[in-house]
Amino acid sequence: MSKALTAAQAPGTTPQGGAGPRADRNQVWRRLRADRSAIAALAVVALLVLTAAAAPLVAALEGQDPTTYHNALIDSATGGVPIGPFGGASAVHWLGVEPGTGRDVLARLVYGAQISLSVSLGATVVQIALGVLIGLAAGLGNRLADTVISRSMDLVIAFPSLVFAVALMAVVPSGFPRPLLLMLVIGVLGWGQTARIVRGQVLTLRGLDYVSAARLAGSRRWRVARREILPALAAPVITYGVLQLPLNVAQEAGLSFLGVGVRPPTPSWGQMLSSATNWFQADPAYVLLPAVLLFVTVLAFTVLGEGVRTALDPRAESRLRAGIERRRKKTDAQEVPA
Amino acid sequence: MIRFLLRRTVSTAAVLLVMSAVVYLVFYAAPHDPAVLVCGKGCDGTRLAVVRHKLGTDLPVWEQYGNFLRGLVAGRTFDSGNDVTRCAAPCLGYSFQTDQPVLQMITQRIPVDLSLTLGAMVIWLLLGVGTGLLSALRRGRLVERALTTLTLAGMATPVFLVGLLVLMLFCASLQWMPFPTYTAFTDDPAQWAANLVLPWFSLALVISAAYARMTRSSLLETLAEDHIRTNRAYGLSERRIVLGHALRGALVPVLTMLAIDVGQILGGAMLTESVFGFDGLGRLLVTSVNQIDLPVVVGATLFAGFFVVIANAAADLLYALADPRVSLA
Repeated sequence: MSKALTAAQAPGTTPQGGAGPRADRNQVWRRLRADRSAIAALAVVALLVLTAAAAPLVAALEGQDPTTYHNALIDSATGGVPIGPFGGASAVHWLGVEPGTGRDVLARLVYGAQISLSVSLGATVVQIALGVLIGLAAGLGNRLADTVISRSMDLVIAFPSLVFAVALMAVVPSGFPRPLLLMLVIGVLGWGQTARIVRGQVLTLRGLDYVSAARLAGSRRWRVARREILPALAAPVITYGVLQLPLNVAQEAGLSFLGVGVRPPTPSWGQMLSSATNWFQADPAYVLLPAVLLFVTVLAFTVLGEGVRTALDPRAESRLRAGIERRRKKTDAQEVPA
Repeated sequence: MIRFLLRRTVSTAAVLLVMSAVVYLVFYAAPHDPAVLVCGKGCDGTRLAVVRHKLGTDLPVWEQYGNFLRGLVAGRTFDSGNDVTRCAAPCLGYSFQTDQPVLQMITQRIPVDLSLTLGAMVIWLLLGVGTGLLSALRRGRLVERALTTLTLAGMATPVFLVGLLVLMLFCASLQWMPFPTYTAFTDDPAQWAANLVLPWFSLALVISAAYARMTRSSLLETLAEDHIRTNRAYGLSERRIVLGHALRGALVPVLTMLAIDVGQILGGAMLTESVFGFDGLGRLLVTSVNQIDLPVVVGATLFAGFFVVIANAAADLLYALADPRVSLA
């Protein structure tokens, strides 16, 4: 109890929830460490990142690469079903080969992880950067600016970003590097929530004494933004960023599944799942491997995000139970791409 | 009330106008020349100029956009001298690749998304609100922990993954049912429902997770309000308090969330349609993107946006109607 109280009275804790401007990093880390599921998720994420970074190494260890066709390993009589059980898994091809082409599944999966993780991370960075800038502009600008920005924010949040992302893929020159394009498209279409959160925080922070003091002391508006407000935004923005990651992983997989993501022969999980639709009966292993990997990745990021949220703001749940939390705005829930 | 509706209509129209201009500009800036795509391979200079003139893409962009807007009200005629194509009002554009008005291509596919959305909606509401209600009532118990975990997993699963797995399980492995193909309700209602069961559940399972969370947190907020404390003081049972008094208020944010989700999915459930091979608005967009059929891309995007903007207005209206604390002014 006494511990909870100290946490509750951490210096600078803002009334609406974000951990304060200078929240104790050790304390946050200690709380995160005490959360067993968050630590497990962190371990999974670390493993995924390592595997993706070491993709060439993993492939070399297996002695395979993601693009070579192995026609001898598929049965041409059945249209290309891998020969042997579990998708043709063997000592040479540890997780089997791709139906139709005979390409190595393990190599494609680990190289696919590179795309998945780099695109989702890049997209999150773009979202956060745009969201913070636009949110700051809305919160610190005049009334007209705030109204215009807030309205476009509503629109960006409500608009099904997948629709626009798919449509945009039709008009970008084919020479543009696809992973970068995916990052930009997912990022540019997804800044709305971050901007809304930042704007709300800025409006509250603006009225706090230490910010007024800086203003009265003669600091210019953007100096106040940079020196006083920006540091205080770290906690909510980090929380939101980590929660956004799994959605971006799913978004990239969805776009690749729809055939507008990275171009073959670059492997991606969504693409593998999309081609797997033709091999349900003949080669279930080929469906299950990328499916499980995608699910585990998204779940690990989600659990980690929840853990970070709780660690940065441990009182949110009890506040909710006590009914002090403000009624959430309707669109605070995150969009689920259908 | 009337003032609210009027104001909302005007602002909705303004938003739609801005959106259409943005969408139109983005696609005009595209490096693809629609005339080249329509004209096909081996098209020479003069023929290309004729096609370009017919499509109206030889005009400056604002005139093209003006023609597009005028077409919505008055219809359009694409005329190259000897070859005339009429597109009756309201003309959302004309796809020369498929030789159909865009609006017709869209309206043909609306029943698919309507069927998908309405059925899934019933399931995700029951599932989501039920789960949220249960975890709010059993807070602190094992049931709540289990439900929270399940909800997190549900939020983490992309819909096409669920779709693929149910297809693999029920249609390929167990063979309990054939692979779904869309059948129109007017043709055979029983077949319509049978074919939609899997898509409905896949979509609902994924979406309901957000509803479970929202219901739970909203119910917990409501339970802390003063009028509930009064009820407690009168000695009402927890069950009666929740079901009779708290739930109604707690569902207000769920209602607005519902309006927005329905608006989004009506505009095209690309992933669900693609997994199950249903020819709805989402697939129309994906196909036209792959074939670079720009008029259809613009039309389908605008149509999806149209549903979303309407849904947002509906959400605000519902919010105000359901919660007396919110004024309509």
